[in-house]
Amino acid sequence: MTEPSSKAALDGIRVVEFAVFAAGPVVGKHLGEHGAEVIRVESHASPDGFRVHYPPFKDDRPGLERGGSYALFNDQKLGVTLDLKKPKAVSLARRLVAKADVVIENFAQGVMDRLGLGYSALRESKPDIIVLSSCNQGQTGRRAAQRGFGSQLTSMSGFTHLTGYGDGEPPMLLYGPYVDFVAVGFGFIAVLAALDYRRRTGKGQHIDLSQYEAGLQFLTPVLLDAQLNRRVHDPPANRDPRAAPHGVYRCNGESQWCAIAVFNSEEWFAFCRAAEKPEWASDSRFANHENRKLHEDKLDQMIGEWTRHLEAGDIAARLQSAGVRAGVVYSVADLFACPQLAHRRQWVKLDHPEFGSYEHEAPPFLLSETPAELRRSSPCLGEHNDYVFEMIVGLSPEEIQQFKDEGVIA
Amino acid sequence: METTGLLAPYRVLDLTDESGFSCGKILADLGADVIKIEPPGGDAARFIGPFPGDRPDPGKSLYFISYNARKRGITLNLESHRGRDLFKRLAERADFLIETYPPGTLERLGLSFGTLRRQNPRLILVSITPFGQTGPYRDYKGSDLVTMAMSGLMSLIGEAGRMPLRVSLPQSPMWAGMYAAAGALTAHYFREAGNRGQHVDVSMQSSLLWALANGPAFWSTNRAVPTRGGSSVTGRSLTGARMRAIYECKDGYLNFIIYGGKAGRRSNQALVEWIAERGLATESLLNKDWNRFSIETSTQAEIDEIEGPTAKLFLQYTKSEFLEQAFKREMLGYPVSNARDILDDPHLKDREFWQSVDESVAGAPLKFPGVYARFSESGLPAFRPAPRLGQHNIEIYQGEFGLTEAEIASLREEKVL
Repeated sequence: MTEPSSKAALDGIRVVEFAVFAAGPVVGKHLGEHGAEVIRVESHASPDGFRVHYPPFKDDRPGLERGGSYALFNDQKLGVTLDLKKPKAVSLARRLVAKADVVIENFAQGVMDRLGLGYSALRESKPDIIVLSSCNQGQTGRRAAQRGFGSQLTSMSGFTHLTGYGDGEPPMLLYGPYVDFVAVGFGFIAVLAALDYRRRTGKGQHIDLSQYEAGLQFLTPVLLDAQLNRRVHDPPANRDPRAAPHGVYRCNGESQWCAIAVFNSEEWFAFCRAAEKPEWASDSRFANHENRKLHEDKLDQMIGEWTRHLEAGDIAARLQSAGVRAGVVYSVADLFACPQLAHRRQWVKLDHPEFGSYEHEAPPFLLSETPAELRRSSPCLGEHNDYVFEMIVGLSPEEIQQFKDEGVIA
Repeated sequence: METTGLLAPYRVLDLTDESGFSCGKILADLGADVIKIEPPGGDAARFIGPFPGDRPDPGKSLYFISYNARKRGITLNLESHRGRDLFKRLAERADFLIETYPPGTLERLGLSFGTLRRQNPRLILVSITPFGQTGPYRDYKGSDLVTMAMSGLMSLIGEAGRMPLRVSLPQSPMWAGMYAAAGALTAHYFREAGNRGQHVDVSMQSSLLWALANGPAFWSTNRAVPTRGGSSVTGRSLTGARMRAIYECKDGYLNFIIYGGKAGRRSNQALVEWIAERGLATESLLNKDWNRFSIETSTQAEIDEIEGPTAKLFLQYTKSEFLEQAFKREMLGYPVSNARDILDDPHLKDREFWQSVDESVAGAPLKFPGVYARFSESGLPAFRPAPRLGQHNIEIYQGEFGLTEAEIASLREEKVL
């Protein structure tokens, strides 16, 4: 075996982001986690919404550098400021793009064109540039220009309808802009594939990503079922046609729940043994899957009575060691204490001038030879102006000062 | 314009079950030659419903068809000696191998990454499991419900105090497959720069963490624990005010939220104009100074005052009428669509999103979801429905590996194929 390389997988790639909130910026973060140099362009005139509008703020005190969501979505980046309402700033942005491999933007359709930074303009600056445009419904079609947020697009993409207690109750929300993060994954994939294509052919391209269409990738079976069986699903809470019991059960304490899923009789008998309930194992109402489905309400009630006074963690450990699928319904706090996530170094503490230290999120996959390295917390607004405009764009310190005085770098 | 897709030169061997089969689908959508390898009895996912007409038929599982489209399919018994030998030959000329076995299975079969890469240093092995290849929970058994629970997402879905919920269609395998494809292509970029392949260890639990959006930020920032808010949005105001998100309309539900910022101001003003047109506005709503409204300091009373008339307004419209109005009035908001609404959406038709599939696949013609993006240079490969069991055995074993008909017959007899 040769020594593992100390290089990062995406070394040498430079990314410029004209992006807001999550759907664009987290693609850049992911590229940065594996070594790409990512430059986030913002401005004091219009800082990212997560810097100014939405909690959490450190100690609940709002401030440009105190936004917790901004911190989570923008580590591994350099931050510059350009007031793109000014023509000189647009031409500086183009000079920056000329030094880049990838541009990420997630404005509403038409905004980049109006700024003078559309694909054809950027291509003049860099003929083989790869531009990822991610917007709600794509760059074409009758509603292309519709503005919207992921928290609501998640509903039009079909997820909300599939989530709820059923029995005529209204649907339940997923947490936050779920579909934005689906679009992040597909945007990341599309950029990586386009980079490979460029390496082979010398050609860049424009990627027109629809967040709505990205969401539908996760729902294909439901879309086929609706056509062939005329069925429009009403959510069955946590039930699953292939399993029983299949649900979450309240444990000791008001906010403790344990998930249990039993897919076949082998698992059912293992469950009864682990729960020390031989009478369940011999009960003919639960003898096979069909029977367990038929008596699922009773089953859920019995299991709920059993779990009610036990610790969720104890139940999960006991069932798992008997080979039964079970797990604690973790709270967000539990995620930071989970030994498995700790083993994978899921949370990486980095220093930040306003937060002190902040736990950043490492990628969901581990690469054996080029592990991701989280090195840099999220940038302060304009923190890297001098470095980027001098070392990358090639301006002199005097020119940079002049642009600052003119409110171009601002 | 090329129409073979961005990843056309690359071959993927796909040993996944339903916990990871979307990864190969994603790579195939971009043109990779993905070969789905099934045991002679077929992937167990072929028995997962729904089925056309609700008649179980392993050739027509809609679940299987959904995430094996664009792949070719062969059979191979890896439990047999000859099967493993054949597999090694396949792996010699593959660029990627994706698998979802419990950790340690490939080693037991004599097909460890070390063994495979000795023959093919380029190989990238992608392993998808509930919790990862190492660590205290590596042998824990997963399922969508279990990983949804252990990702923290369920703690954030449902009414406070009531049972936490999952999305009723399994989402864990989708998140894991997506991040597996991203990991594979990250390793690929490095390999194509003159390096060898590597092992990509994907955890379903870790993949789902991004489904929590900014949930973890509340802990990292202030050691606060976000909770589930039912059909309302929480955590947007420092006063603790909740914003309603789900409203009843004539034929279902809508998602509309009072937002802050520039975009929110425009949307909120358009809403009030609409409410006023319908004669539902209160005096104070008409006089509201939106320039002074800020979401992060809004109070519950202030929010309730806007939401009351809004609920009355929306009851007068259908989902599609609302969507049309929201677009015209530049308001933020979308309908709570079901599958039927999505299939009928004219915008998706404008974008030529759907792939037409003939009746040979499921007994009736189908609109199959297309790819999530359009690529200006490379285009997209032609659609290919999911393979029938062993559909490409002859094409691959005979056509590519030069096995004779007699050899194939004997492999079939020994239940290797």
